[in-house]
Amino acid sequence: MKTILSEKQLALVVKRLSHQIHENHLHLKDTVIIGIQPRGVNLSNRIVNELKLLSAPDSIKYGKLDITFYRDDVRNELHVANKTDIPFSIENKNVIIIDDVLYKGRTIRAALDALLDFGRPAKVELCVLIDRRFSREFPIQGDYVGQSIDTIFSQKVKVCWKEKDSRECVELLDN
Amino acid sequence: MRLSTKHLLGIKHLNKEDIQLILSTASNFKDVLQRPVKKVPSLRDVTIVNLFYENSTRTRMSFELAERRLSADTLNFTLSSSSAAKGETLLDTVNNILSMKVDMVVMRHSASGAPHFLAKHIPAAIVNAGDGINEHPTQALLDAFSMQEKFGHLEGLKVAIIGDIMHSRVALSDIYLLKKMGAEIVVAGPPTLIPKYITEALNVRVEYNVKKALQWCDVANVLRIQLERQNQPLFSSLREYSLAYGINRKLLESLGKEITIMHPGPINRGVELDSDVADGPFSIILNQVENGVAVRMAVLYLLANRDN
Repeated sequence: MKTILSEKQLALVVKRLSHQIHENHLHLKDTVIIGIQPRGVNLSNRIVNELKLLSAPDSIKYGKLDITFYRDDVRNELHVANKTDIPFSIENKNVIIIDDVLYKGRTIRAALDALLDFGRPAKVELCVLIDRRFSREFPIQGDYVGQSIDTIFSQKVKVCWKEKDSRECVELLDN
Repeated sequence: MRLSTKHLLGIKHLNKEDIQLILSTASNFKDVLQRPVKKVPSLRDVTIVNLFYENSTRTRMSFELAERRLSADTLNFTLSSSSAAKGETLLDTVNNILSMKVDMVVMRHSASGAPHFLAKHIPAAIVNAGDGINEHPTQALLDAFSMQEKFGHLEGLKVAIIGDIMHSRVALSDIYLLKKMGAEIVVAGPPTLIPKYITEALNVRVEYNVKKALQWCDVANVLRIQLERQNQPLFSSLREYSLAYGINRKLLESLGKEITIMHPGPINRGVELDSDVADGPFSIILNQVENGVAVRMAVLYLLANRDN
């Protein structure tokens, strides 16, 4: 096992990602944040909290998207659905999708499908904490990336959040 | 996470975790049905045949809508317009349909146990949409979903099931389900329409006085008098049944409390339920119909898993 990000580094990366988003979307006027259920939401919660310090808190539109029913492996592996909660229109908005780990790109592929069922966004961007480089199965890349790492197939990236795992870090596990 | 069974033949074969999984998945599908695009691509590669050997409006349309909302391909079979009318056996019909690469079978049949028989002989997943006087599992699941939506819980809920218990597959499925989820049940109706050993067999309380049952309960699930299944007179007339066991506004107002009214449809208006009750403020009958689609989506979604 190898630690990729310690608690302190993780906090810094979250701050950096938030500032980068803020830099590109200054007043968040036409921008909405969508966290991917279940584990992307832990990251998006933190980023939204940071963004609240950087711009007017009530200007932030924040939703959660569950992609279970849009997966391409429904019939091979059954996943339990989580709540989707997007209490605003995404029509003509800049959408920033937030997830914890970008690996094969299949989750984001499904998320794009799911998102389009809610309307036609002006632009979609992707923010991820960890990018497992060179393992993509779709032409998808992150616009805001916390840390790029090289991994092999048998390894597993574990992102731990206080509210779920009672500690905060990113680890690389060898199986 | 998956169901403990390959088919949905009856509530009898489900455990509490299965029921909870179906209800929570249904709640996610109910959210999908409120969106501008009320459709998800989950079962894009699945073909489902709706095999209806007995008439149905609600259940068939509800299943078909559920299948389409999941992006499955659907085929419809109705007895009157099929070769079964020429004498083809059930197993032959189904095997012929399955040889055309159909993955799942939704089936209603007037013979109790027909889907159980089929499950022994074919590889496809089967969903029972009502078999004779045995079970109607998706109706019980949508009843439970609607009760949970209204009250927030099933445990400890007092449910009166009123009317033709003897011939109702809804009653049996409801009893199995509500028992498993910890609700309290009273069945009420005329003695001729309540099976004699129901207390011993299913451990439910029997009440012959409808007003007493209503006074006790939080929810009254009123069942249809199934005249088509009664081959001997079990009460003297519909008018008399209505007078003694029918539910009307006056009766509800005399209770001094609010109770929720449910009915699986189709209603015999003026027999088991008066119009001012069926369409009244305490009725959740149309919510039941709405929830039916979400519940059936959940069942089909959870059973479509390839390697179970």
